[in-house]
Amino acid sequence: MKSFNSYIGRPMERVEDLRMVRGRGTYVADVNRPNQLYAVILRSSVAHGIIRSIDSSEALALPGVRRVLTAKDLGSKVPVIPLRLQPLPQLEPFHQPVLADEKVRYVGEPVALVIADSAAIAEDALERIVLDIEPLPAVANRSQAEAKRAVLFEEHGSNVAITWSAFRGNADEAFKTADYVRRETFKVQRHAAMFMEPRGFVAEWDEAAGKLTVWGAAKTAWHNRRTLAAQLGLALEAVDLIEVDVGGGFGSRGEFYPEDYLIPAAARIVGRPVKWTEDRREHIMSANHARDVECDVEFAVSRDGRFIGLRGQIWADIGAYIRTNGSVGPRNVAQFMSGPYCIEHIDLKSSMLTTNKTPCGTYRGPGRYETDFIRERMIDLAAQDLKIDRVELRRRNLVADAQMPYPLASITPYDSSTELDSGDYHAVFDRCLKEFGWDERTRLRGQLIDGYYHGLAIGSFIEGGAAGPKEEARLVLETDGALSVYIGSSSVGQGLETIMAQIAADAMEMSYDKITIRHGSTSYVKDGYGAYHSRSTVMGGSAILLAADKLKDLIRKTAGARLGCKAEQVVIDGEQASFGGEHLAFAGLSGVPLEVEAEFFNKKYTWAYGTQAAHVAVDPGTGHVKVIDFISVEDVGRMINPLTLHGQAIGSIVQGLGGAFLEHLVYDDEGQLLTGSFADYLMPTASDFPNIRSITVELKPCPNNPLGAKGAGEGGLIPVGGVMANAVADALSHLNVQPMELPLSPPRLWQLVEQAETARSAD
Amino acid sequence: MKPPIFEYASPSTVAEAVALLASKDGNAKVISGGQSLMPMLAFRLATPELLVDLKHLKNLDAISIGEDGVRLGAKVRWCDIESDARLAVSHPLLAEAIKHVAHYQIRNRGTVGGSVAHADPSAEMPGIAMTCGARMTIVGSAGARIEAAADFFTGPLQTSLQPDEILTEVHLPPWPAARRWAFLEFARRKGDFAMAGIALHYDLDGAGRIVDAHVGAIGVADRPIRLAAVEAMLNGNRLDDRLIAAASAKARQSVDPPSDIHAPGAYRAALVATLLARGLKKSAV
Repeated sequence: MKSFNSYIGRPMERVEDLRMVRGRGTYVADVNRPNQLYAVILRSSVAHGIIRSIDSSEALALPGVRRVLTAKDLGSKVPVIPLRLQPLPQLEPFHQPVLADEKVRYVGEPVALVIADSAAIAEDALERIVLDIEPLPAVANRSQAEAKRAVLFEEHGSNVAITWSAFRGNADEAFKTADYVRRETFKVQRHAAMFMEPRGFVAEWDEAAGKLTVWGAAKTAWHNRRTLAAQLGLALEAVDLIEVDVGGGFGSRGEFYPEDYLIPAAARIVGRPVKWTEDRREHIMSANHARDVECDVEFAVSRDGRFIGLRGQIWADIGAYIRTNGSVGPRNVAQFMSGPYCIEHIDLKSSMLTTNKTPCGTYRGPGRYETDFIRERMIDLAAQDLKIDRVELRRRNLVADAQMPYPLASITPYDSSTELDSGDYHAVFDRCLKEFGWDERTRLRGQLIDGYYHGLAIGSFIEGGAAGPKEEARLVLETDGALSVYIGSSSVGQGLETIMAQIAADAMEMSYDKITIRHGSTSYVKDGYGAYHSRSTVMGGSAILLAADKLKDLIRKTAGARLGCKAEQVVIDGEQASFGGEHLAFAGLSGVPLEVEAEFFNKKYTWAYGTQAAHVAVDPGTGHVKVIDFISVEDVGRMINPLTLHGQAIGSIVQGLGGAFLEHLVYDDEGQLLTGSFADYLMPTASDFPNIRSITVELKPCPNNPLGAKGAGEGGLIPVGGVMANAVADALSHLNVQPMELPLSPPRLWQLVEQAETARSAD
Repeated sequence: MKPPIFEYASPSTVAEAVALLASKDGNAKVISGGQSLMPMLAFRLATPELLVDLKHLKNLDAISIGEDGVRLGAKVRWCDIESDARLAVSHPLLAEAIKHVAHYQIRNRGTVGGSVAHADPSAEMPGIAMTCGARMTIVGSAGARIEAAADFFTGPLQTSLQPDEILTEVHLPPWPAARRWAFLEFARRKGDFAMAGIALHYDLDGAGRIVDAHVGAIGVADRPIRLAAVEAMLNGNRLDDRLIAAASAKARQSVDPPSDIHAPGAYRAALVATLLARGLKKSAV
């Protein structure tokens, strides 16, 4: 009798948790090498300026200071950081140098590196470096960028680095004949991923072996290894990036930053291991910022409520340089503005503006959070104008099952096209309404109860995942019958080890406990792509499935030789290979480990999708918003682990609420960052949003991968800004308060209420 | 975020502590719970030569309640106030206000003396001291002195404490059992510094008219303040909706908060008015 495993779909507790909750995780701050030194980075306090001189003599005189590195110590040309995604040649002028050379372009830009016997001594030394920067006028926002108050890259002549174009159909023609057009401007504030454990590296150079080892990699270790090896003039094999436990990533950690070069280079220069641990203030001013988008868009709808077109201009303030994935957000805002709805005619331009602020990169749901805010607000405004119920208006326009695959707007330059793969959007929409109790709650809309006005909102979203081109897995059946799974995916806290073990256990029909997932080193598999674009489960998991097929073939072949039969006659079941009543256990099957490798290639994105509904209560006196209830229903095709997926969804929603209400990186007009600590940059805390529900369904498996799974790490937050703004507008509908800008901070809402009351009393 | 190098001392008497402070001519700082000083050290916003830790000083951690009011030793922690059931009767305003201070872990360390000496204009304890007309006991090289809250708070994070002085006690006047009161603040998140807050108390005469109104506000000026014009408007009158509306409007006019990254001044002024109206309503229940 054949015993089938069924780990996939079971709420397995995370294997990572046991070590982490007992304080036994190994984070990069826990890594220490014999004889190591500590690095601290001198960062520019000037937003824009010309470096006249750097005098390190006082710092070097401090006992315990070993070395101060500036751009001049890095050879004739300071290395720059190439783009990982959309590496267009015309963007090369905007690549960030690893240390500022002639100019500084943002507060926080690395200018020098101090290496000392302790981090405290190195910080003391920082204060002794005399840095002479001649300030230039700063560009701190869109209007200053467009007015060329200064130009960050003089040779480029403009602060517009590039303009992306998203197009579909014929928008100009469609708008000419549309029954209804509304034009609005929207703004989403700059905020960023604030993972719990800041970044860090320990680098060690083995002169004799010519080998560099770097601990602290995350997300995209193989890509970073290629970049670093090229910058240092080393062979790939001479560089090993090691991934230890990671306290969160959210798209920001693990991209190649200046420190990814500086710490390894310093270790090589001083000939001793060097450790750097980012502090929170540094993190806030140096790790990727995100969002920071303004737009002026038009929405065309027919009289009977059919969406017709989107047209307009988006401005993305990307900061001082284009970082490794800096184009993704601005591109996504344009490409995915139509979301899960049929919109035939699209003409959206998205311009990336350079400003004297920290450079931007991806943050969970890049571009999607911003664009969903814009779209969902537009839909509610249109519903109000056209006097069509906003639930009905959405239902009328969701992409239908029969329309799949449904192409989205194409994008240029760095041309890309994609299509929604599968889904029953209406079924999920209706499920959300039902779970939320929409009809029962409708009577509360606009009601004033105990000083709070109540409001409801609903919004739908799509979530792209599974970026290609490939992922790699190597499976090793050890001689004792245990299975080692080496994978090119990386862990950023999403439960990778658990999920990959579930997939491998089912594929090999083995006990979950016999499987070890190894993802921590660039030496484990030939190539790897890592953890971004909600791709690990689909890409890494599918690679494991392909490798498992190969390993089973090898097991059959090996067993067949011993059992005296053909390979295809061998039956694998219960961790043994059998033929004719004879059984060979996996343990001891072969005197040497049995090893296979496989790659999963994929060109098509997966498209998870969902609907969210919210019930809020707004205090018009303080501007405070209580989230009374929040529900998210998402179809992920196939659920590997409901427990970890649920955690991802809830966490993601809370991040979305942080962006909707709290988080804001504020700059003044001179490019000074005013929110340099968690006292001023407000993260959601455990008590802020207690009422969040998440439901996952498996209606439509993805047709494009053997698991049927769809990437699902980001979805929760994508529509949250839009849903919250719509719920607040609904609560304050008697005043016609229409938020067009995030965050929905108490002062902003209070101001909108005051303005509305003033306008009303003037009427 | 490594503090600069400093010397450290933990004297066992107030006199020794004062002598240590005096020896550094203004370059020493007192540390108790470290609620505010530790972040300032980490950011290198404070760079004292010497930290004088009060942890070994005796007799500064008592809450004494008597006919002359409530005496809080400088080392009384927020959690001590929270867990002292007597204060629900002896000083409910204090007990309520302290519930809003920071978070659990911080409440286990932060102290009354530290907060009052730090004089953050948004902090609850300085607001209560100001509202209630507390008297501070201060010990320095020249001996002990007593100062009223109104004279103690002199500006943003500034007090009349001299470099060689230590605050040892905060004395709140007696609390009649029938006193009416309210404390309300609004913060972005639980435990954050208030964007604005209101502390108030008053008594009623035989005819139900307000007497001896005390109305204080935090987060709206460079120090905790009393709203004298509001108090004057309340005194001698019965509390009704009209009076509440008028007092609320008066409160809005009598503050001129600065704008900062978290809110324009106009918002904080409106918030004080809103909180005052709500506080007065609550006090009457």
